[in-house]
Amino acid sequence: MASLAPRRRTGASRERTATHEGFLAHRNYRWLKLSAALATLLIGLYLFVPLPGTHFGSSWLGYTLGTIGALLILWLTMLGVRKRAITPGRWSLKAWTSAHVYLGLLLIVVGTLHSGFAFGWNVHTLAWALMMLVIVSGMFGIWVYATLPRALSENRYDAEGAITEKQMVEAIRSLDRQIHDAAQPLDAENAVLVNRSLEEDPFAGTFWNRLTGRYPKDATRAAAGELRQRRAFLPRRADDPLDKVDALLTRKEAMLSRMRRHLKLKTWLQAWLYVHVPVTFALIAALSAHVVAVFFYW
Amino acid sequence: MSAASRAAQLGLDHVLLEKTDHLSDTIFKYQKGKHVMATPSQLILRSDQEFDAGKREDILEKWNARTAELGVNVKYDADVKAIRGTGEAIPGSIQKIVTRARDGSTTTKEIQRHAPPYAIELTNGETVMAETVVLAIGTQGNPNLMRCPGFDLPHVTYQLDDPTAILDEHIVVVGTGDAGIENARGLAEDPAQGNVVTILNRNPKSANVRESFATAKEPNAKALAEDDAAGKLTIRYETETKAIEPGWITLNTRDGEERIRCDRIIARIGSAPPRGFVEACGIEFASTDRLAFPTLSPQFESSAPGIFVIGALAGYPLIKHCMNQGYDVVEFIAGNRTLKPADEPLLEAKFAGLPGNRSVNDWLEFLRGRVTILEGMTTLQLREFMLDSDARFYRKGATVFEKNDPGSSLFAIADGSVHVRLDPNDASKVVPIPTGTIFGEVGLISGRRRGATIVAAEDCICVEISRNAALKLQSQVPSAKRAIERISIERQLLQMFGSGLVKEDVAEVVDKAKIVSVRAGDAIIKEGDDDKDIYVIRVGSMIVEKEVGGKPVFLSYLPAGSYVGEMALIDGGQRTATVRAAIKSEVIRIDGEAFSRVLSAKPALLERARKDMEVRRRTNAFVESKKDGFSGVVDLYSEQAKFLVSQGLGEATDVLLIDERLCVGCDNCEKACADSHDGLSRLDREAGKSFAHLHVPTSCRHCEHPHCMADCPPNAIQRGPDGEVRINDTCIGCGNCQRNCPYGVIRMDKVPPKKPGLLSWLFLGKGPGPGEPPYKWSKKNTKYTGDPAVDEALDRKKAIKCDMCAGIEGGPSCVRACPTGAAIRVSPDEFLTVARLENEGA
Ligand SMILES: Cc1cc2nc3c(=O)[nH]c(=O)nc-3n(C[C@H](O)[C@H](O)[C@H](O)COP(=O)(O)OP(=O)(O)OC[C@H]3O[C@@H](n4cnc5c(N)ncnc54)[C@H](O)[C@@H]3O)c2cc1C
Ligand code: HEM
Ligand code: SF4
Ligand code: SF4
Ligand code: SF4
Repeated sequence: MASLAPRRRTGASRERTATHEGFLAHRNYRWLKLSAALATLLIGLYLFVPLPGTHFGSSWLGYTLGTIGALLILWLTMLGVRKRAITPGRWSLKAWTSAHVYLGLLLIVVGTLHSGFAFGWNVHTLAWALMMLVIVSGMFGIWVYATLPRALSENRYDAEGAITEKQMVEAIRSLDRQIHDAAQPLDAENAVLVNRSLEEDPFAGTFWNRLTGRYPKDATRAAAGELRQRRAFLPRRADDPLDKVDALLTRKEAMLSRMRRHLKLKTWLQAWLYVHVPVTFALIAALSAHVVAVFFYW
Repeated sequence: MSAASRAAQLGLDHVLLEKTDHLSDTIFKYQKGKHVMATPSQLILRSDQEFDAGKREDILEKWNARTAELGVNVKYDADVKAIRGTGEAIPGSIQKIVTRARDGSTTTKEIQRHAPPYAIELTNGETVMAETVVLAIGTQGNPNLMRCPGFDLPHVTYQLDDPTAILDEHIVVVGTGDAGIENARGLAEDPAQGNVVTILNRNPKSANVRESFATAKEPNAKALAEDDAAGKLTIRYETETKAIEPGWITLNTRDGEERIRCDRIIARIGSAPPRGFVEACGIEFASTDRLAFPTLSPQFESSAPGIFVIGALAGYPLIKHCMNQGYDVVEFIAGNRTLKPADEPLLEAKFAGLPGNRSVNDWLEFLRGRVTILEGMTTLQLREFMLDSDARFYRKGATVFEKNDPGSSLFAIADGSVHVRLDPNDASKVVPIPTGTIFGEVGLISGRRRGATIVAAEDCICVEISRNAALKLQSQVPSAKRAIERISIERQLLQMFGSGLVKEDVAEVVDKAKIVSVRAGDAIIKEGDDDKDIYVIRVGSMIVEKEVGGKPVFLSYLPAGSYVGEMALIDGGQRTATVRAAIKSEVIRIDGEAFSRVLSAKPALLERARKDMEVRRRTNAFVESKKDGFSGVVDLYSEQAKFLVSQGLGEATDVLLIDERLCVGCDNCEKACADSHDGLSRLDREAGKSFAHLHVPTSCRHCEHPHCMADCPPNAIQRGPDGEVRINDTCIGCGNCQRNCPYGVIRMDKVPPKKPGLLSWLFLGKGPGPGEPPYKWSKKNTKYTGDPAVDEALDRKKAIKCDMCAGIEGGPSCVRACPTGAAIRVSPDEFLTVARLENEGA
């Protein structure tokens, strides 16, 4: 019917939250409470239910814990997929992360109890150790997630609100152009020095440089330092081109160190995942070996 | 050009005057290789010239060739400066021209119209005589001229074609818009040219280039400031020109007058719409409104007999319309009276679904005769109006719209009547709206959701007037504007106060009410004042603040549709807080005395007002009590609120806010946005301003009155079904919306090719992975076919912006994909509440 007004709403649902509630506090710590309750329950069961002393894993409670643990590990791994599959639906990655963190921690209890504290140099203990490694790296991740964002944000503030990584790079480029122009009247020796700073790639540096934020062989700082030293031996002049170059180099240094602080914080926020995720895959491999071993050779 | 081609084809005596040295300057000036669109596609082309979607160069080439082939008599470099009738004075035909000075005062000039033939004067001194004139000069206009003494000297110029051709000169560039900045930088670029360039800026210097160069793009302004710092050129702030003489210019600076060397002045101070020129030809405009177009007959004849106006200047900003009109108008001049306008089939389709089987003209007459606000329109205006509107038929009992539906269109009842539902649960509580009147005006004016459900009371025919058509209508027909205003005031009052009030109760109040516009930041109520008026916010929003301990403290945010000022009226005494506009707003000022009479006659209303007041009092008391113990928290809360208002929250309906204490910078929001929208992200997380860990990323705010909508030739930007501002497929890529959005959230880009699925990336490493594919990958994987039509469409750049993920189950992908809960999308009234004070740990 051409003459009926179109339906007004698409009818798609939409969750609305009016406040910034972080993933740890999600829904008033729902997953923390759940995990804590489960952990208490499981420890209680382990302590009070009479079960065989050896080969705890093959008792009914052991099997249950093992199954729960294995499924939980697989589910925890699915976070990586959820994060990237932007399908429609009423899911929220924040809720997933919240559950991931607390159920992940619960795994310490589940996995350890499942082992029945029978550790040795075998694939079973390897699986447990890898699991613990993933969990510990996850805990470290929580720590960086909770502490570094503020610093990242503060480092970006400036007079106009906040500057982005791109703007930092642009600012450095622009300073480079100005330094280049200002350095034209310099003599060859000084120009070489200045050029060293100009040729420097702001993103250069090893992973270690990034992580520590320390760049001992920085060309800009070296150039600025040496230039200042040389000038100390020259007679003072008004309108000295060196003055201008020096001032510009100082500004560049400041911008560079700001950008490096930015890169450092970002690296820390991401680096732990390079342990967390690969070890997860190692864990799944070890876990499979463990399961196969249990069923075929026990 | 289309008109001249028709004239040539018919063998009429004609000349095409063109001020530049090429045809179709507006299209000539499009960027190189631009894909020109032929919208609206249902409209058939009627012209001797071809026109189909395609590359700018191809189209211009075809037109040039065809113009030569037809033997059109073109006179290039013929800039028309005046058109004068040389016949007898036409009795009673006097043109009034009202000009408004900067200080708001107006002067009226009257000119007597003379009959044709017309003398067309060119700037080069020539005169061309013509019996009829077709004015198709578009809306580009002419550059604004300098006004100080000496402005007419030959070295004062308004253009710069080749900056590298100018050597060893002292040059003053006036104006720091993009054009001025580009010229100045171009001239100073190469020191070897030896130019001494000074650029004048009226604004003061500020660390924020956005403030000192308000009309320029930020990168341009930054680059200019950089050149200044590097000594390549000089920016003079707070400086204007005083006088010009050969070789010298005198400047008015903050520290007094100064005279400097100057061999050339390049003034880039904007351009004036051609209205002044057109009015001086004796052509009347519909109103003094900036948006108004000339008043025209159905055949495009203006109020000056024999002068026809077509194209963008007549209010039709699309090329196809322009070309059709050129054809039609010449046919008419040549004596063809039976030609039906080319838009006839479009209008036929509009009326097709209605009962009654009338012709288009009958329908138009029917509407004009029935609907009060359409009375003052000419047939031509009505036709154009209907192209942007819809006629709809509703059966008795059908719902027209529901309470809280988004919608900014206006409805007019042409036949039958409708009911306003007062109570969602009780279908019998209704207020009737009769034939001939309008409804839905609240959505139109405030940009907010519908305030009530409307149901057809009998079979009825309504016209749904799109926001654009309604704005145009108001600027063209002053009586319609007044009628809409009055009805909207009355309805707003009735709706707001409810409580069984009827029209008659508020008649006096409505009569005395006045619509006042308020600039952003101005106060309508000042703490400590003694006045007693009440204000209803009609457009925009307000913030309420109170002086506590010597500092203004933010108390609350008032969206459009709320009222303020009742406390002083009900309880007496001085104003207890200051209310100021968060953005440019409009309020209805209601006389306090008149309103208190209504209050005393209606105890129920008084009771309600008291209740509202109590709630507000409690909020204020709460904030003030916190201020004693937690003054730091309150200050932060206040300043955050102010920051958000400065970031456009005052006009937003839905805005993305990031808590930087939670944001880990993973950019999953951007990736999610790209992955749910054609592979292009509609938000830039890192860009945008921050304050006290609250970050407003560059992403659409879905403004109540979107600036981006203002100038879209195909009208491609609409408010969608979920309240989102969205751009549809008819976008022609002109970039107007990108320039008009004050928050810089629109990008012009082409859609990248489809990526392989997530699983093949995860397991096989295929494709670029989640998020926006890198430019290189897109380029490599675009599947060109070799067919120019298809390839051009692949390369077509369109305006891209956030659509609020409307229609996607679950809502905004950016929010759902944030692993830490840092990103939320909120409306200002949800976010700017005292609840924040508690959450912030006070
Ligand atoms: C960037 C951009 C992209 C666009 N893309 C599209 C698109 O893809 N599809 C589409 O349909 N529309 C598009 N439009 C809109 C369309 O270009 C205009 O609406 C259309 O060109 C208007 O045509 P016109 O004939 O009324 O005026 P114009 O095309 O502006 O022509 C007016 C002519 O008159 C000349 N002139 C002006 N004053 C004088 C004078 N005093 N004396 C002598 N000559 C004078 C001018 O030099 C010019 O050549 C776009 C607009 C812009 C700005
Ligand atoms: C054996 C248990 C665990 C497994 C198998 C596991 C696995 C994973 C995987 C696969 C990811 C996805 C990473 C990505 O795709 O970017 C992830 C992310 C994460 N994990 Fe774990 N994890 C485990 C335990 C934990 C624990 C105990 C914590 C916290 C204490 C934790 C905290 C996190 C966090 C914070 C993220 C990042 C979320 C994001 O930024 O998207 N994990 N984990
Ligand atoms: S694009 Fe810009 S102007 Fe348009 S609604 Fe969004 S924020 Fe407002
Ligand atoms: S959406 Fe923007 S770019 Fe597209 S046609 Fe409209 S104004 Fe032009
Ligand atoms: S709401 Fe949707 S379209 Fe808008 S920025 Fe978020 S993900 Fe993109």
